[in-house]
Amino acid sequence: MADSGKNGTPMLDELEKGPWPSFVTQIKDMAKKNKMCEDLLGLLERSYDEKLGHWKHGGIVGVMGYGGGVIGRYSDLQEDFPNIAHFHTLRVNMPSGWFYTSDALRTICDIWERHGSGLTNMHGSTGDIILLGTTTDELEPTFAELTANDFDLGGSGSDMRTPSCCVGPARCEWACFDTLHLTNDLTQTFQDELHRPAFPYKFKIKCSGCPNDCVASVARADMSIIGTWRDQIRINQAEVRAAADAGLDIQRDICGNCPTKCIEWDGKKLEIDDENCVKCMHCINAMPKALKPGVDRGATILLGSKAPIVEGALLSSVIVPFMKLEPPYEELKDLIERIWDFWGEHGKNRERTGELMQRIGLGNFLEAIEVEPIPEMIAHPRENPYVFYEEYFEEEDEEEE
Amino acid sequence: MATERLTDIGPPNYEKFLPPVIKDNYGKWDYHEIIKPGVMVHVGESGDKLYTVRASSPRLLGVDRIRDFADLADKYCDGFLRFTSRNNVEFLLTDESKIDPLIKDLDKIGHPVGGIGNAISNIVHTQGWVHCHSAATDASGIVKAVMDDLCGYFTGQEVPGKLRIALACCLNMCGAVHCSDIAILGIHRRPPKIVHDNLNKVCEIPNVIASCPTAAIRPTTVEGKSSVDLEEDLCMFCGNCFTVCPSMPMADPLNDGVSIWVGGKVSNARSEPRFSKLAIPFLPNTPPRWPEVVESVRNIVEIWVKHARKYERMGEFIERIGWPRFFKMAGIEFQKEHIDDFKHAGLTYKRSTHLRHQ
Repeated sequence: MADSGKNGTPMLDELEKGPWPSFVTQIKDMAKKNKMCEDLLGLLERSYDEKLGHWKHGGIVGVMGYGGGVIGRYSDLQEDFPNIAHFHTLRVNMPSGWFYTSDALRTICDIWERHGSGLTNMHGSTGDIILLGTTTDELEPTFAELTANDFDLGGSGSDMRTPSCCVGPARCEWACFDTLHLTNDLTQTFQDELHRPAFPYKFKIKCSGCPNDCVASVARADMSIIGTWRDQIRINQAEVRAAADAGLDIQRDICGNCPTKCIEWDGKKLEIDDENCVKCMHCINAMPKALKPGVDRGATILLGSKAPIVEGALLSSVIVPFMKLEPPYEELKDLIERIWDFWGEHGKNRERTGELMQRIGLGNFLEAIEVEPIPEMIAHPRENPYVFYEEYFEEEDEEEE
Repeated sequence: MATERLTDIGPPNYEKFLPPVIKDNYGKWDYHEIIKPGVMVHVGESGDKLYTVRASSPRLLGVDRIRDFADLADKYCDGFLRFTSRNNVEFLLTDESKIDPLIKDLDKIGHPVGGIGNAISNIVHTQGWVHCHSAATDASGIVKAVMDDLCGYFTGQEVPGKLRIALACCLNMCGAVHCSDIAILGIHRRPPKIVHDNLNKVCEIPNVIASCPTAAIRPTTVEGKSSVDLEEDLCMFCGNCFTVCPSMPMADPLNDGVSIWVGGKVSNARSEPRFSKLAIPFLPNTPPRWPEVVESVRNIVEIWVKHARKYERMGEFIERIGWPRFFKMAGIEFQKEHIDDFKHAGLTYKRSTHLRHQ
């Protein structure tokens, strides 16, 4: 039986002290009315004592017709903590931008209190609402109640994972495309790819409205869609002077930090050589009232980032320097389909898009997805002279010419 | 009668969760200002104002606490709220006079307000011992201990720029900590203890062999059963084999622990996005409050706070002063483990005489 009641949780209790909100308090509050949470406290205290986790590999569990969205989880201390012998996670697709009404949140809470531990993550790393811990029997009833209330599951395993985005035009003047609309549109368009794993491995899409990249798209998404603009930064000279009067050292803090040194300030007027601006956002970040992105807006599409597993971590790299993003987003969706087609056919088991690009080379990858190579895609041309030329002339060929 | 089973409906449309002030000013925001720690105002071209109050969260929330948030949203902002990419809670107000009472109520239930602009925001993290099978350390516990210590930098104590901390409890990096100003990463240091007894029943042997990035795993037969053999010298403790095969467990209380990485970023502001680099190869797992980790993170934060220039991120700061000086300032002993020895390692060697000699 669980010993959490008998011996208490002296280690975990230490984590209720201090100013930051405590996850232990959250579990304890739920343990007053939920036996799963009571056992979770006991198991976690054991982990703290032994410096060892007590969860086994997931088994294959899920809801009917879906191959993803549920992470099977079993404890290796089933006799001691029977109420969490099964403790599966449901990933629930969040609304774009993580906006909620209080009623929507209460609906999720009520469903989860009836069917599971009552513990959540708001939110998981990919962005889903994480419902943490229930039994196999409860999966289908939970799913039925979720869908009856307009919620659906997110991705897991070798499928398209739940796309996510920054707050975008809903509350940010820098959004260069409608991140929420695009994210919702892609999620709805690719429901089959989200729910039924058929890829070599996972595929993540993240939409950031500007190069500040608030959803870490460049590091965490196989396809990183990052807003940018092509025309001039809009300058309000009166507000620039107001910022200077308020104490901002424009020469040092703005001009001095510009990566291409394309800004000049004579004490009265700020001038930007927009042809050399690389849209880094620094000057705009520092003076939001004075400077704004241009009006010819779209996004840079980059591909291939991932965490270390399997072949090492990667950042995404540029595939399309600038794409206009307006509904119905056909150019983007065509590109996604071409990438999936090629990767689906040529990717090895557990090979992410970025690793495939590395293995066969960006040049070959571009040919396969029918994208022309351009210098915007590279930091610099090759330094290595061992070139794989694919054709050569025979003597007769030359004579014919 | 059975009702039709709903599938593939996708998430609820975000539009139904947007407050009227956002619907009215969607895509037409003019500028924003940070009013005080954790509070900002967005001003629309229309002149409309939207106030955001950002509150801390442990990410792991019971439904009762979420209901508390819902109640506060009803009381102060017509029920509209959102969460951030770093797991904070944001209340969306139109009435400026309600900001302070809301902050007071949040304080009462233990959720300090802050994390906007040049500040240390919430720590993105993973499941750890709460729910993960491959954790080399706990996640929530370290985050709680570190943020207790750094809370002042969340709630308003001045810092030069943004500082983003992330934690992943193993090299799988579900938290994708590889581009953070400071990354706390759980690591295993002992090769998998192969369970020959059931390996051929629960694992696909070719997959196990293929999973190893250094080709350290080979097929073998142990007491008549198909299994695998591991060349321990080639093991770099990545955990790939365990990910595909439960019979290759890596968790080991004697050897598991935490490493600290610094200087990564994802934003394009000023300098390009970059990976975090190894600062401290190993710190022991010392639950419940990991004092060595807390102390090490604070030390690195304080060096940055004291010496970085305005706006400078950790990586930009270290690049300016140079890695030797960073190690000296931080009092971190440079070891063999700091030098890369995997793919493209040579690109990380110093290939010039650009060195400081004092």
